Amino acid sequence: MNRKTILVSAGLLLLAAFPLAVQNPYVLHLLIMTFLWVLLGQAWNLLGGFTGQISYGHAAFFGVGAYTTGILVKSGLSPATAWSGLLLGGLMAALIASVIGWICFRLRGPYFSLSVLALAEVLRLVAVNWKQLTNGAEGILYIPAFRSKAYYYWIILAIAALAFVVIRAVMRSKFGFYFLSIREDQDAAESLGVNTTRYKLYSLLISAFFTGVAGSFYMNYLGFIDPGIVFSISDISIMMILVTMLGGAATLAGPIVGAVLYILVSEFFRVWVKSGHLIFFGILIIFIIIFFPSGIVGTISQSRAGRKLRASAERKAAA
Amino acid sequence: MSLLELDNVSKRFGGLMAVGKMTFKVEKGEILGLIGPNGAGKTTIFNLVNGYYPPTTGTITFKGGRIDGLKPHVVCHKGLARTFQVVKPLARLTVLENVMASAFCRTDRREEAREIALEATAFAEMEEWRDRLAGGLPLGMRKRLEMARALATRPELLLLDENFAGLNPAEVEKTIEIVKKIHGSGVTILIIEHNMRVIMSISHRLVCINYGEKIAEGEPRDVADNQQVIDAYLGVAHA
Repeated sequence: MNRKTILVSAGLLLLAAFPLAVQNPYVLHLLIMTFLWVLLGQAWNLLGGFTGQISYGHAAFFGVGAYTTGILVKSGLSPATAWSGLLLGGLMAALIASVIGWICFRLRGPYFSLSVLALAEVLRLVAVNWKQLTNGAEGILYIPAFRSKAYYYWIILAIAALAFVVIRAVMRSKFGFYFLSIREDQDAAESLGVNTTRYKLYSLLISAFFTGVAGSFYMNYLGFIDPGIVFSISDISIMMILVTMLGGAATLAGPIVGAVLYILVSEFFRVWVKSGHLIFFGILIIFIIIFFPSGIVGTISQSRAGRKLRASAERKAAA
Repeated sequence: MSLLELDNVSKRFGGLMAVGKMTFKVEKGEILGLIGPNGAGKTTIFNLVNGYYPPTTGTITFKGGRIDGLKPHVVCHKGLARTFQVVKPLARLTVLENVMASAFCRTDRREEAREIALEATAFAEMEEWRDRLAGGLPLGMRKRLEMARALATRPELLLLDENFAGLNPAEVEKTIEIVKKIHGSGVTILIIEHNMRVIMSISHRLVCINYGEKIAEGEPRDVADNQQVIDAYLGVAHA
């Protein structure tokens, strides 16, 4: 175990112990939402940041995860089944993803980005109109299983940490190298032995799975979904991109930084200014894109790498 | 049985016959040079062999099995690697990571891929550049990286597409040395090259094409003296 692993584990332990010390529901709620967005950012980042396949419609997978759980609840099964929806929601999202990926990843260019955007809209309309299954625009209401927010806190912390560990391991393996080479040059990757269609699909499946789990958690935690919320283009699909870009796409820490900032900024505006958090967040994003196109974490690690390179060049020159 | 056989291979892009009725063989252990004026269809032949395009007609056989119509990644796994004339480095990865990515063609283990990549970068004599980002390399090193990456897939047949173009004389000498070293390690080579001094000095045989068709084949000397070849390069005298 190196120093970094120890540091990360210690940080996780501290976070896990936090609800024992602080029971303020408002603070816990903010942290729960932050972890949820860390999870969503990680999921989008694997496909969009590391594999270079930009999705404008991850709300499709979020919504499918949420509705899988919602429909389980609505069908009158005991409250405990809502949690079984976590896994099932992820799997359903991956199933939908496999269909769209199998069709679109044969093609290059913007087809996937646009198809998945359309998919999210189609699913939203299905959710509005298939009333027997989804209650339509009324949405699905559910009395959350736990009174204390601490349980939700631990569950989402565990899921987000798991996603981080899984994605980190994936990126260090053959899969990670293949994802990066697809992003950098698909022709080169293909001629160096990468089945690009298949590996793009693998990346999408992992990404959609975690997004579906996040959707399912959302249903469990907030107890209410409707098609406009969970299939939202601006609040889910686009926000997943912005959170990742803000922190730094294609970095492991980027979505974490992005999620923390997103929750802080939107809470600040909601509480103190009463409105306008989206406008301010938009301005912040424009600022970041112009001055730090690699995001916050990306910019920091780049300048660090630059310093290292200069230092080693100077050492060589001196020797 | 030859290592690679093209039999009556044609490729048509709309109304343009880019390659027509191409037939030639690459024997195991040789260095075969593919020459011809710009636009003759040399790179198209590589793209057909490598699986980037399916041929319109004809068959391509590698180690006795048909490979026409197979995808590039399948062809690569069979032991046929290529470099690109317009280099395609994975820009935001380091040199070593670039080569590791292609080494995963032969192993699933990261450590083993690293070993293969260290070996391949050493073979291409770019140890000093391993930790540099591929996007920041000078052209000579990018061409070298193309070779290191192709080598890391452990090919039996290597297609080199103008790896000498744009190099200074010292780099040309170094690259000749590396190509000979690759050949010496048992890899058969099919090479496209415009630099006549290079191609004459390293090829065992030459195939010359023009307008997508083969116009000469044989010993380098004979091909260079062939009247059709001279006409293709210099034009026909209207005296």
